[in-house]
Amino acid sequence: MLSRNTRVASRLLRAAAQPANRINGARTFASVSDPAQTLQSDIFKPTKYGGKYTVTLIPGDGIGAEVAESVKTIFKADNVPITWEQIDVTGLDDATATIRTEDTFAEAVASLRRNKLGLKGILHTPISRSGHSSFNVALRQELDIYASISLVKNIPGLQTRHKDVDLCIIRENTEGEYSGLEHQSVPGVVESLKIITRAKSERIAKFAFSFALANNRKKVTCIHKANIMKLADGLFRGTFNRLAKDFPQLEANDMIVDNASMQCVSRPQQFDVMVMPNLYGGILSNIAAALVGGPGVVPGCNMGRDVAVFEPGCRHVGLDIKGKDQANPTALLLSGTMLLRHLGLDEHANRISNAVYDVIAQGKVRTPDMGGNSTNHEFTRAILDSMEKAL
Amino acid sequence: MLALRSIAAPAQRQFCRAAPRAAVTLSFQNSRRYSDQVAKFTGTKDSNGNYTVSLIEGDGIGPEIAVAVKDIFAAAKTPITWEPINVDPILKDGKTAIPDAAIESIKRNKIALKGPLATPIGKGHVSLNLTLRRTFNLFANLRPCRSVAGYKTPYDNVDTVLIRENTEGEYSGIEHVVVDGVVQSIKLITREASERVLRYAFQHAQSIGRKKVRVVHKATIMKMSDGLFLSVARNLAKEFPDIEFDAELLDNTCLKMTTDPLPYNDKVLVMPNLYGDILSDMCAGLIGGLGLTPSGNIGDECSIFEAVHGSAPDIAGKGLANPTALLLSSMMMLRHMGLGDYADRIEKAAFATLAEGKVLTGDLGGKSSTSQFTSAIIEKL
Repeated sequence: MLSRNTRVASRLLRAAAQPANRINGARTFASVSDPAQTLQSDIFKPTKYGGKYTVTLIPGDGIGAEVAESVKTIFKADNVPITWEQIDVTGLDDATATIRTEDTFAEAVASLRRNKLGLKGILHTPISRSGHSSFNVALRQELDIYASISLVKNIPGLQTRHKDVDLCIIRENTEGEYSGLEHQSVPGVVESLKIITRAKSERIAKFAFSFALANNRKKVTCIHKANIMKLADGLFRGTFNRLAKDFPQLEANDMIVDNASMQCVSRPQQFDVMVMPNLYGGILSNIAAALVGGPGVVPGCNMGRDVAVFEPGCRHVGLDIKGKDQANPTALLLSGTMLLRHLGLDEHANRISNAVYDVIAQGKVRTPDMGGNSTNHEFTRAILDSMEKAL
Repeated sequence: MLALRSIAAPAQRQFCRAAPRAAVTLSFQNSRRYSDQVAKFTGTKDSNGNYTVSLIEGDGIGPEIAVAVKDIFAAAKTPITWEPINVDPILKDGKTAIPDAAIESIKRNKIALKGPLATPIGKGHVSLNLTLRRTFNLFANLRPCRSVAGYKTPYDNVDTVLIRENTEGEYSGIEHVVVDGVVQSIKLITREASERVLRYAFQHAQSIGRKKVRVVHKATIMKMSDGLFLSVARNLAKEFPDIEFDAELLDNTCLKMTTDPLPYNDKVLVMPNLYGDILSDMCAGLIGGLGLTPSGNIGDECSIFEAVHGSAPDIAGKGLANPTALLLSSMMMLRHMGLGDYADRIEKAAFATLAEGKVLTGDLGGKSSTSQFTSAIIEKL
């Protein structure tokens, strides 16, 4: 795993991070897959108790419980040194009265603060105005997990319309269109505020460049709509361009969001790392996920200064297939292996991800979203068998 | 009426907020006005039985592809007289404006066809497209995308229709710096503008024979603004019992359309400005890009149909340009004018030529010139 290239990249990263340190909060939270990086920084290094890490597990709504179950089964089979602290937060309105939703949400936040690490499914958000605001967004804002990463890559053997897609979407998670600030000026006239700040734009741009270096990627593309939102997106793009000068090893360019979505469905191979404000990230991560097989196979994570929460990179609750044993656990499993690499548990991560890729490549056991007719349980069983065989 | 309408122009929002009472009465009057057909074409024939259409040839390849359209229309004996106009921007009181003669022409004819315009960079001009939209209050952008047989993309048989609100939303143009390094950009959603574009969407669905209208929104996050758009749509749907109405979250639409666009072939999608902008270009990407997609900007007073691709200065004047987008836009224009028969004939010939694949322009992988492509279509007529 620790190839020479990544070593070089991380050294470069440290070198490159030097001049950027003048900006406040300058820390390099870059690496997801580079253990050398995480080993040095204590910030993400949760304490081990009895030789085990404690990780908060929020299964989420919809298919969450089912896929979390298969993650737990597979991790246990591999003797991964993790104790789960499971918290069943739900965003559904019909949650039974015994579960006080706001309380469990607060509990989840406290648990994540304590453990610094989490694995999370997606929580449902109601549309109605009386309903609560999104727990997913609240969690990110509360813990300031500002960078969302979705890794979009073709899985070998899983045929889709597009080949050789390998891109990474980095999305600002805490401001922009999701500020939650809205008001009605007069009846029938509503204003929603989109907030863009220099500090947060700087932080996410720096994260994107550092991530690209640490993961041996070549190009970072800033996605924006600065031709229309000249001030807001203009600030985002301007900040990105300014920071790009600190990273001369990387190619930096920018693209308008409508063009980017068009290019994404016609020539996605041109993209490497993409960085963008909140809403565009939601749009593009969905478009990109569809290129490689949908939300079931795209892993991701959310990173902040103190806390890292790993969750599927394309956020869908999957209420429609809830309880049917049809869910694809691949996205959460791969997010889980990202978590393992983050902890430096590369051997476990490799064993598990190899088994997942192996089962998908063989193509005999696949869930319906991958064109098969196996259940989640059968798929999980096949992964376990594959891991056993590899021993 | 004109004065009332100008209140809706984004530039004048300040006034709107300053005088809330006026705004409320306004929305009542307008909702009454829309009890019948929105954006109906009201042009009249001249003594020869022809409609006059204002023609903005545009920059770069614009004049060449305009010639192609004119030739094909002449060959099909379409009852259209062209009135070429110049929209080179002028600065009026420090604001970008188009010449009065052009405004008068479009107001008189109530319809225009427009080639690509290059926005001059760095002269303090607002984009001309935006200026045209504001000048004529073109509130809906209509973007159909249909796969072109003969041009292979990863997606086959795409046939989507997307309508985008064109005057407000994220593109309200209201932005300010709160303190250094903190910018607020305002997304504005009004009942009046939402109802107007939604009503148009329902009526357009009826006129093209689609039974389903779907609103795309993000009301989970923007509960008030997108929530307003959604609730206006739900209320309006009751007036159209023959149309099936539903709503979909933006994320789902992006995901499902890119996975498989076919389920969208029987629907009309309608959405606020930004989502429409992004999704309409994404749909164009599905079928092979902006060179093959037509577009119409619909307003009450007049409507402008246009090619949305760039002016391609690198191949301008060489006779290599592909006129398909402008031609398909002109088909939309004919249908808007009630000249659907002509549109059907020309469209059939154009699609047949593209499907045959013998005479194609360079961007589609052929070697033919604009004029050869045009002649091939005319032969099929």
